[in-house]
Parts: sequence; structure tokens; C-alpha cells
Amino acid sequence: MKHLKLYRIILYLCIVFTTQVSLSAPLKVAPEYEDRYHALLNELRCLVCQNQTIAESDSELANDLRVEVNKMLNQGASDDEIIDFMANRYGDFVLYKPLVQPKTYLLWFGPFLFLALVLLLVLMFLKKNRPVSKAELTDDEKQKLSSILKEPKD
Amino acid sequence: MFKYLLPVILFFVLCGFLFVGLYKDPSKVDSPLIGKHVPIFSLPKLMNKEEVFSEKEFFGKVSLLNVWGTWCFACKQEHPVLLELAKQNIAPIYGLNYKDDSVQAKTYLRDFGNPFAGNASDLEGRVAIDWGVYGAPETFVIDKKGIIRHKHIGPLTMKDLQEEIIPLIKQLKNEAS
Repeated sequence: MKHLKLYRIILYLCIVFTTQVSLSAPLKVAPEYEDRYHALLNELRCLVCQNQTIAESDSELANDLRVEVNKMLNQGASDDEIIDFMANRYGDFVLYKPLVQPKTYLLWFGPFLFLALVLLLVLMFLKKNRPVSKAELTDDEKQKLSSILKEPKD
Repeated sequence: MFKYLLPVILFFVLCGFLFVGLYKDPSKVDSPLIGKHVPIFSLPKLMNKEEVFSEKEFFGKVSLLNVWGTWCFACKQEHPVLLELAKQNIAPIYGLNYKDDSVQAKTYLRDFGNPFAGNASDLEGRVAIDWGVYGAPETFVIDKKGIIRHKHIGPLTMKDLQEEIIPLIKQLKNEAS
């Protein structure tokens, strides 16, 4: 009787365990692709819940796209091919790492441009405020100065 | 003088950018498919699984493709607008029944009216990926050459129909095939 109870508990635990596994890991990814799979998912935006990647999102579309990425990896597609596949369908907006192209030059190189601009401004500022070069005193002025310094202090 | 005005000018330029940004809907992303041929696909028809619905349906006439499903609330909201467009009989509306239960979909069309000239049944949503679908309802306007010319994301309203869709269909119909 006691055994039966124990079996029952184990059985319940099994059920709980299996349902949890099937929810959290719906996709089997071959171990040799696993790193690339996760890297790719983290680079792609889910359009349904825009500020999440398709790795994070629980939406159905994200799930479909994970399946698709896995399928393409299994078919031997390269990372670039998979990225292109997504961008061709959903637009460059899905790429968390934007492509380097004329449209995105400002995005990629803008910060360096600003840095250069600021450095230039700082240089200009320093040049303008450089201490005035020491002017030589004339003999007349030197005499005047020493006489002032010699004046007895009361 | 310019030195003191420069920050003020920059401030207003920034304000301009932010102001424009206020009126942009971030959930509407321009489709890269506009200006491209419809994707190649082949799916069973909703009404008759033996028949094939493919991209060939879109060649030689101006047509629309509406992505819908009975699970999609906004699609129900949009349904009367599609029925109105179908009634005007200016261009066939095709449906992509997206991740839906076929029996429910057929019942839905029987009960609420069927604006579609034909429906492709995309149970897995795989073809929808090729169309860049990310949220139903979505509506594509396709020209005579089978090139996607416009994509509307979200439910169509009567206003969209009058101001956007119908004028575009008329314009596309006047283009040489």
C-alpha cells in the first residue's frame, strides 16, 4: 500500500517534469549548431514585440522563426544567408546589428565624427585661451618695477 | 552672434526630429517586399484541399492578398470592410488563411460572408514568413505583373479603403500589363 502511494507520487512528479520540459525546450538543436543558433537568435528582432529578440520572445512568430533558423542551419546555410533571409522578408529593421551600407554610414561612423568634432573644438578652445606670451619689459619699466619693490613697507 | 545662435538652432532641429517621430507608428515597419515579385509558393486551397493555390493567381490582374485567421480579433473588425471592397468588384481579394483551423475558417466565411475570390490555407505559417507577415491582418496590393506595390498592416478601415486602397487599385489597373 505504501509502495503504491510512492509510485503515485513519482508518477505525478514525472508528469510535472515532462510538461515543463516540453514548454521550455520545444526545439531540438543539433549540438554542432547550438552556438551559432543562439548567436543568430540574439541578433534578430521579433517584429511582434519589437524590443525583444527572437531568442527572448514568446510570440508565435518568434517561435516559427526559431524553427526556420534551425531548419536553415540543418540545411547548411551560412550565418549571412540566414541574416539575409530575415532581412529580405522583414526588412533591415530586424537586424540588431545593422548592415554597413550608405544608409547606415551615419549610424556607424557618426559617433567617431562627433568625437573628431569635439576634439577639434577643444583644440580650438585651448589655442584661443593659451596664456599670453611674456612680454619683455623695457629698461624703463624694469627700473620702475624695482623702485616699487624696494619701497619700504610700513 | 552666430556662436550664440548655434545651440538654439540645433535645439530646434532636434525638436523637429522628435516631432516627426511622434507621428510614426513603430509597429508599422516598411516591407522590403514592396516593388518585388510575389514570393513563389504553393498551398492547398481552403475550400478544396486537392486544389493548389500558388503565386500564379496574381499574374495578369490587379489583386489583393489579405492575411487573416478566425483567431484574429482585428480581422473580424476588418471583415465588413473587405466585404464592401468585394461588393465594388474592382479587384479580386485573395485570402491567406494564416495558422487557422480550416473547419472554423469555412464556417466563419459561411456565417459572416465571403469576400474572397480564393483562399490559400497556410496552416504552419511558413508561406506567411516568405511574405514577411508579422501580424494579421495584413493586406497586400499586387499589380498586373505580380509585383507587390503596397502593404497595409493592421485592419483596413473604410477610410483606408476610400483614400488609399481604391485609388491605388484604379491607378494600377490603368498601368500597362
